[in-house]
Amino acid sequence: MYEFRMPSLGADMKAAKLVEWKVKPGDKVNRGDIIAELETEKGDIDVEVFEDGVVDQLLVDPGNKLPVGTVLAIINNGGEEIIHEVKPAMKKVEEEPVRKERPEISRPGYREQPVEKEHRVRASPLAKKVAADLGIDLKTVKGSGPNGAIEKADVVKAAEESKKEKIPKEVVFPEPERKATEERPFGMRQAIAAAMSRSNREIPHYYLQTEIDMSKPLKWLETENQKRGVKERLLPSVILMKAVAKALNDVPELNGYWQNDQLEIKDATHIGFAISLRQGGLIAPALHHVDMKNLDELMHDMLDLTMRTRSGKLRSSELTDGTITVTNLGDRGVETVYGVIYPPQVALIGFGKVTERPWAENGMLDVRRVLTATLSADHRATDGHRGALFLEALNRYLQDTENYE
Amino acid sequence: MSDDIARRAIIKVLGNIAPEAEVDKIEPNENLREALDLDSVDFLNFLVGLHDELGVEIPESDYGRLNTLSDIINYLTTKV
Repeated sequence: MYEFRMPSLGADMKAAKLVEWKVKPGDKVNRGDIIAELETEKGDIDVEVFEDGVVDQLLVDPGNKLPVGTVLAIINNGGEEIIHEVKPAMKKVEEEPVRKERPEISRPGYREQPVEKEHRVRASPLAKKVAADLGIDLKTVKGSGPNGAIEKADVVKAAEESKKEKIPKEVVFPEPERKATEERPFGMRQAIAAAMSRSNREIPHYYLQTEIDMSKPLKWLETENQKRGVKERLLPSVILMKAVAKALNDVPELNGYWQNDQLEIKDATHIGFAISLRQGGLIAPALHHVDMKNLDELMHDMLDLTMRTRSGKLRSSELTDGTITVTNLGDRGVETVYGVIYPPQVALIGFGKVTERPWAENGMLDVRRVLTATLSADHRATDGHRGALFLEALNRYLQDTENYE
Repeated sequence: MSDDIARRAIIKVLGNIAPEAEVDKIEPNENLREALDLDSVDFLNFLVGLHDELGVEIPESDYGRLNTLSDIINYLTTKV
């Protein structure tokens, strides 16, 4: 048996609303199957299950907004005991100081979950009731009763502290009156603010920049596209993505997470692809296994992922799996991007607009189509030398059009 | 193809690419990519959508003729 909990769909998510169960008790599920639909600030997300098993109980009714970590269902995977599920995405949440979750928990509309499912929490019935009334998660309360049991006074004290801590020092949000239609961008703005503040507070960024002559890669692309119909056409973004994946293979320290004071290099290369939303905000869904896919597959995935991001139809793995982020502001006329890393990732690659610039080479001056590529990297995980090797490799793979595939 | 069919196909396709946009408020001579803030991936999705709806194949070299809504309608009606 294991508990299926509200997943953290990225460092900037604190809670989500359960819209619909896609399974019922007794259903068999396989890893990767969609078991529920959530409504989040990033749109409606199809949530995938992480292990094979049979759905034992669904503990939460649709319509409830629930904090990350809430047990949503019990899934029988053959074992007797309840295993508190540990998934990388979950670990991220647990590392966060507990107080950060409280402002979300006390939102109107949130209903406290049945406490008896939480084996680790001991609390008096009165304390449970008061916690439910005040919207306090008992897991966050320190008990002063026998064996650490939580009593009413503990809950009241926690509620008072939670109020005090509601506004973090670093980010102060004005609370203008808002219409319901403005909820999503506002919530997303808050979530981005929290993640980016954490990034700037915790991650010692260093930045490197290089100019890449794109004449040869773009010439290759134009020749290729003349042979292709609109459905097979390739964009410059896709050759940039592929080159990033190849260069990460040479410098894998940039592809991973900084967790528990150490770098965890990831084997898979899932590149978060920053997409700006017109209604405000930003999502960087992951293109999976970029290193293993060819340009056609990547183009297909990129078109599909962008369309589903726009319509608010992403899968949970696409929000959680990114091992590095690429942001391309070239379409918007920007020449250089200095990005803020998305924790717990350790690097972000920025691409600007391709412009014609004077280019000196072998004592000759020429006009070339040039792109500025930047690397923002976490100095805890890598040093400038490794970052420089990455940018050098990126340029090398871009120029190597003979091996494009 | 009539203007009306072209216009309806455009609006349908834009509904998937820019669901939050009010397409009927776009002026015929406004630059479509700017008005709807379409990036290069969105624009390619737009062309793929038009291909699926109308079977029209638009080469890259014609992109310069597709700036405004009325440009695109003209292009589609002469092409199909």
